[in-house]
Amino acid sequence: MSEPSLQHAGINMGGTENRPDANAESGIFGFWIFLMSDAVIFALLFAIYGTALAATAGGPTPAREFKLDSALAETLLLLTSSLTIGLTVLAMKYDETRRAVLAWMGLTFVLGIAFLALEGHDLATMFADGAYPTRSAFLSAFFALVPLHGIHVLAGCVWMLVMAAQIGAYGFDARVRINVLRLSLFWHFLDVIWIAILSVVYLQAHLP
Amino acid sequence: MQTAYSPIWPAVLGRFTWHDLPFVRAWENPNASEIIGAGAASLVIIGFVITVALLTRYRRWGTLVEWVTSLDHKKIGIMYVAIALVMLSRAVVEAVLMRMQQAAAIGDPGFLSSDHFSQLFSTHGSIMVFFMAMPFLTGVINYVMPLQIGARDMAFPWANSVALSLTGGGAILMMVSLVVGRFSTGGWSGYPPYTGLAFSPDVGPDYWIWAVTLGSIGSTLGGINIACTIFKLRAPGMTYMRMPMFCWTSLCTSILMIFAMPPLTVATALLALDRYLGFHFFTNDLGGNMMNYANLFWLFGHPEVYILILPAFGIYSEVVSTFSSKELYGYVSLVLATMAIAVLSFTVWVHHFFTMGQSANINTVFGIATMTIGVPTGVKIYDWIWTMFRGEVRFSVPMLYSLAFMVTFVIGGFTGIILAIPPLDYVFHNTLFLVAHFHNMLIPGLLYGLLAGYTYWFPKAFGVRLNERWGRIAFACWVIGFYLAFMPLYVLGASGMARRTSEIFEPDFRPWLYVAGAGALVILCALASLVVQLVVSIRERDANRVFAGDPWDGRSLEWSTSSPPPEYNFAVIPHVDGRDPFYDGKRDNGHYRRHAHYDAISVPRNSVTSLSIGVAGLGAAFGLVWHMWWLAIIAVLGIVAALILRSFVRDTHRTIPAAEVAETEHRWHDALNAATPIGRDVEFTPRNQGLAETAA
Repeated sequence: MSEPSLQHAGINMGGTENRPDANAESGIFGFWIFLMSDAVIFALLFAIYGTALAATAGGPTPAREFKLDSALAETLLLLTSSLTIGLTVLAMKYDETRRAVLAWMGLTFVLGIAFLALEGHDLATMFADGAYPTRSAFLSAFFALVPLHGIHVLAGCVWMLVMAAQIGAYGFDARVRINVLRLSLFWHFLDVIWIAILSVVYLQAHLP
Repeated sequence: MQTAYSPIWPAVLGRFTWHDLPFVRAWENPNASEIIGAGAASLVIIGFVITVALLTRYRRWGTLVEWVTSLDHKKIGIMYVAIALVMLSRAVVEAVLMRMQQAAAIGDPGFLSSDHFSQLFSTHGSIMVFFMAMPFLTGVINYVMPLQIGARDMAFPWANSVALSLTGGGAILMMVSLVVGRFSTGGWSGYPPYTGLAFSPDVGPDYWIWAVTLGSIGSTLGGINIACTIFKLRAPGMTYMRMPMFCWTSLCTSILMIFAMPPLTVATALLALDRYLGFHFFTNDLGGNMMNYANLFWLFGHPEVYILILPAFGIYSEVVSTFSSKELYGYVSLVLATMAIAVLSFTVWVHHFFTMGQSANINTVFGIATMTIGVPTGVKIYDWIWTMFRGEVRFSVPMLYSLAFMVTFVIGGFTGIILAIPPLDYVFHNTLFLVAHFHNMLIPGLLYGLLAGYTYWFPKAFGVRLNERWGRIAFACWVIGFYLAFMPLYVLGASGMARRTSEIFEPDFRPWLYVAGAGALVILCALASLVVQLVVSIRERDANRVFAGDPWDGRSLEWSTSSPPPEYNFAVIPHVDGRDPFYDGKRDNGHYRRHAHYDAISVPRNSVTSLSIGVAGLGAAFGLVWHMWWLAIIAVLGIVAALILRSFVRDTHRTIPAAEVAETEHRWHDALNAATPIGRDVEFTPRNQGLAETAA
């Protein structure tokens, strides 16, 4: 259909294994478009957050609520998990043993859950401090943006469980390979969003 | 209203009370307004019962299941159009009711309560945009575009079916709102704070939010699918600059869908957070800012206008070229103009609220950007005129729509330029002048186009030409009705009559409102003529079959298959070497080649999971509207379960054996050999069997 040079972005499964898959190209490309659409949603929530920054209505302010130490820990967890999901894909391409792939993906899963636990703890602290979404437009915007990212991470974790089950059941057939590639794109995308959250939400709150 | 009635069994039925049934309301308070409401509700129920009865009587449940679980892009396309036509009928009837009310309510309350009137303009707008126009154009693209680019299906057949079932779920929710509860009174744009909890605590805005959300998620998925299909599944040789114009406009529309539907999803989701969890995005207190809603909504709303219009531009390009027997004039300029419109469409959204407080400089920038769009659009009009110039123009029904479009659309464009000037907009905003303007754009720029496409491709989809005479009657009614119904609104708007008015106190408006009312009745006749046309065409189907596949001497690849096309579209994927591959091919005798050998073809199997996502989406939406939390939770879990289950399915395709393909192809080729090629002078007669005379 198309020349070998016209392949999808990211790590191509072709070349090292003997089962070329005609659907990979459009399958991965379509998922990229989906991510771009999702990126628009986050971009708009960032814009809303920007307009609501001063709308604290006499309630909690960004400088008081956001703690940089836990944001740093969350960033490190998520960035490391991006490395491990990359290693998952490399293991699938070059190693193709279930053990290696499942080990890297399992590590990613643990890092994702640790991130969620930390974030959940942060949000609970905010609630205890009287910083809940119905308090002001600023907190509404925060609780639409950051937890939405968290829900994406949670979805990614569930997706990993599903992929682990499928790798167990079907090995590395064409659909499993495409879906692992998509999962890794999704996970990297969440990393990009998180970097924006770190800058716009957490670091901005502590600008001198 | 609801305080007098306590909810029944709230753990299960949420906030439902007996008073939410229009029959109960009409029984207690039998005035015209409530009786009309109860009548509409009974129509929905009777329609449902009759459908069920007919399906049972003729034992067609199997056929229905076969269709709604199908992943075939052609069946999905037809189902989209079917949804659109049903919803069109409802929204036209609502429009007629509104026109009658305004004609009757001059210095008088009229026969509709103001609350009922507000529900009518809210449902009319929401349905026309989200459940008539969107499914109609998505359906036509779904059916035609893969055939035009020489593909066997869309890139993601399963997601295609999910998108359809979500859109269908949204449409059903709109119908349910007639029977249980009431709809929003906040217009199709649903502006808070009016639609917020403080001013509209009832179920109306929730119906609007969830119906629109289902539709917008469906459209996002549809857009991704269309774009990916065009980017990746074109036949060999089908370069971008050889694609039929309709594929270009589909591509631009799908890109707009991908980037413009998310703002709508965000707007409705944040409004839902305000209403359900007490957030403060758009409320009047605690820092809420409704301008954020206006910006989000029109960030979607303006590109949406071009999502609606561009496919029609594509259809006109195909129709004008085919019925002028001439290559499309200025193909490259049309492509560039389409792209320019798509990009510019993201730069004009503020013109929907010039009067809402931003500085004059900002208004100026957006006013100029708005006028700029007139340039590429003008290029297109000239290109179509030049395509007809010295062509052998045949005045078929699609061609008549195209001509009516060109004249009418230009008038609408002029009034658009008036509205694009901010100082003038301060005078005209929120009057009927605006209502006249956007109907003047969307009726020719969308509805005529899709009706042209419906008439043009109907023989492709069903193998039968539509009745020509009733098509012409419908066309005449649409055009006359449009001018009668909307030209008076310009006068009324310029005289200061506000839009969305249920009672009029200025007796001088009377003659204009009567003319507009008469126009609405003519439009009702147009709708009736379309129904008659369909019935007559089905009755006379045997005389008007075009199985050979090419009733109009077509130019692009969809005409190179039988009508209707086989499930796999092309037995052998075509090679393309020009812009009008089929038109040139049949003249070089290169097409219609019978092959000695055919390969087996793999096609997607039917799927229940995609349908269940739509059903669960509808269930979740209904549960959220009525605060039946158990239903909402179960339905959302059902969606997650369906997604996961589908990812475990391995047996997604079935193979059509080579022998079956060969048999299908031979049957078609036998019919081709038996058919008499016809000249263009007899193409509207039963002599047209779908084989075009190609001798020069």
